Amino acid sequence: MTTAVGTTPQSPPRPPAPARPKRSGTRAWVTRAPLLPALVFLIVVTQLPFVATLVISLFDWNSLSPDERAFSGLDNYAYVFTDTALRDSVLNTVLLTASVVIATVVVGLALALLLDRTFFGRGMVRTLLITPFLIVPVSAALLWKHALYNPEYGLLNGALSGIGELFGDTDPAQPDWIADMPLLAVVAALVWQWTPFMMLILLAGLQSRPAEVVEAARLDGASAWQTFRYLTLPHLRRYLELGVLLGAVYIVQNFDAVFTITAGGLGTANLPYTIYQTFYQAHEYGLASAAGVVVVIGTIIIATFALRTVSSLFSEEATRA
Amino acid sequence: MPHQQRRRGTRARAFAGTAAMALLAAGCAGAGGTAFGGGDALNVLMVNNPQMVQLQKLTAEHFTEETGIKVHFTVLPENDVRDKISQDFSNQAGQYDVGTISNFEVPFFAKNDWLHPLDTYAEQDTAFDQDDILEPLRDSLTAEGRLYAEPFYGESSFLMYRKDVFEAKGLTMPPDPTWQQVAALAARADGAERGMKGICLRGLPGWGELIAPLTTVVNTMGGTWFTEDWEPQLTSPEFKKATRFYVDLVRKHGERGASQSGYAECLNNMTQGKTAMWYDATAGAGSLEAAGSPVKGKIGYVPAPVERTRSSGWLYTWAWGIQKASKKSDDAWKFVSWASGKEYEALVGETSGWADVPAGKRASTYDNPAYREAAGAFADVTERAISRADPKNPGTQPRPVPGIQFVGIPEFTDLGTRVAQEISAAVAGRQSVEKALATSQKLAEQVAKEYR
Repeated sequence: MTTAVGTTPQSPPRPPAPARPKRSGTRAWVTRAPLLPALVFLIVVTQLPFVATLVISLFDWNSLSPDERAFSGLDNYAYVFTDTALRDSVLNTVLLTASVVIATVVVGLALALLLDRTFFGRGMVRTLLITPFLIVPVSAALLWKHALYNPEYGLLNGALSGIGELFGDTDPAQPDWIADMPLLAVVAALVWQWTPFMMLILLAGLQSRPAEVVEAARLDGASAWQTFRYLTLPHLRRYLELGVLLGAVYIVQNFDAVFTITAGGLGTANLPYTIYQTFYQAHEYGLASAAGVVVVIGTIIIATFALRTVSSLFSEEATRA
Repeated sequence: MPHQQRRRGTRARAFAGTAAMALLAAGCAGAGGTAFGGGDALNVLMVNNPQMVQLQKLTAEHFTEETGIKVHFTVLPENDVRDKISQDFSNQAGQYDVGTISNFEVPFFAKNDWLHPLDTYAEQDTAFDQDDILEPLRDSLTAEGRLYAEPFYGESSFLMYRKDVFEAKGLTMPPDPTWQQVAALAARADGAERGMKGICLRGLPGWGELIAPLTTVVNTMGGTWFTEDWEPQLTSPEFKKATRFYVDLVRKHGERGASQSGYAECLNNMTQGKTAMWYDATAGAGSLEAAGSPVKGKIGYVPAPVERTRSSGWLYTWAWGIQKASKKSDDAWKFVSWASGKEYEALVGETSGWADVPAGKRASTYDNPAYREAAGAFADVTERAISRADPKNPGTQPRPVPGIQFVGIPEFTDLGTRVAQEISAAVAGRQSVEKALATSQKLAEQVAKEYR
């Protein structure tokens, strides 16, 4: 992954690599041999299952009709691309991932900038801000579904009626949050859970920023915005990339929030949920495998493009600066 | 020598450690059973409902002691246990001798020859008293003329309502209500107390959630999922009428957040006094009448509302099936007959109270004075609901396969869930009932193709 990232503009040109002394073949193998078991293990646990998935995806295989298992070529793939439910879930996955990643980066950056300053009780505030990330995903989803969104006893509607009472409104609005804005409800819960993750990465970036450079900028009369725009942001580039990439990889796979908050209903089913449903409820092994393969290919393509775009964006910045 | 001995000791310990790790790994891998159970023990895979957990606790002392048969249990939540049983039984892996299945699985498990027929055992074992098992359950666990499973407990559905609220509002619940009467009562009971809604009905997606009560309404209003010749009927006038009725009722007088409410949410609403009526499983009564429940003794129970059929309650049972590939079917029968037997009910009644008895399966339970005293409020209605349930003919027209709140085909877990997602969106007001059913009809069409 890091190879596609490119080098930072500030880094000095690399010294030429020292010429390697030529080693004999046996010597090289002696060094490599201890690593071989690890390599074999890696292939066995990652590549073989994928090959098996590829093979299964070519079969019409429903485990509940064992006598009708048959080779069906690319039928499953054709189905994956034509089925509206699957197409909708692809769209949902993209929407969900993009909105959660963007929102967490923005909020996480704001929080990181605030936490980068020294103030009384900072350690405590930091701990409190990190807490959502430490909660088990399924409990976090349950918490949002019941403690916050529930229209009968949820905190959100409780707060609305509390505020309403303050102003003498006896019948304040009591929205049914999940039914009215299902995808947003899932996004909000995920943003709450993943913001600390982005915040931590960006905070690490901010704290690795050399203090003297900022000091020099201040002395040169740079405004706070200019310092942020031309010093902090370029410095944070790698951290932002890392955050976006890791965040996207994890959120694409998110299952707990969708499963718990809406049970895939109201048009919120994402790909992992749909594949789960195809595999565990419909017992369509072939179809689920085909959908899984499509997801892997899609993720690789998107990740490559995203990385290229991000890094080219920043190298343009660097050349202009 | 001492040096060598010590070395050997270390090696032996290391070996033991590795073996233990391997065992642990085997256990963790979810293989369960065999690694720990040993060759002679009976492996049982069951759902984690409270009644099963209690059975697990009583087995060693009361069953193994008497018969010498060791039982090793694997206990999983409902969805996982279904999945695991399907996988083990469909591959005839033989890892589990006994599994908890239901009347949903029996027809197609039997057709695929995955289950050990039990009729010979049941005939020979006179103490078990097969005739005591309630007829609808017996029938629903019979396929192609042979018996394939024995029920552990059974349930149907009925209407629960707050007697005190009805009295205060001057409302009367008819002894055998129709859905129109229930809708009228829901409108009048709505707002009877601060924050109280007229009725609670499931709106949560899932073939075992929203679809179960909705299908009983469809049945009694003259609809069906499929005709006898596998023509999907989801866009028929009767199916539409029933779905529109259900969606309208829950939208107008049902719980808030209906599209996300299932069995658990409605049980909670009823317990917390947030709803005046609740149409759901008879098993819910046990929780409402439990010690410490704020509504204990305030609930009245009447049969499932009807319209064009005589009764409309559903039928469900957790039952024991023996895997065809099991080499210990004799021992397995001993366990099954003990767990589903009269003696076991008495044992639970004496050790932890009669209200906890896994009921709903034997006629004799309902003649038992001790049980009647503990479960008096709902025992009769439950028994009547189960006895009247007819999975082979639950509606107004013949069906291709048995099932009241489901269609007894393997594809239904998926079809039902996807249709439920459409209807749940209608409950949330995000699309019309017509659009939800039009999409559902297409899904049903795909499934039906395989059977025509």
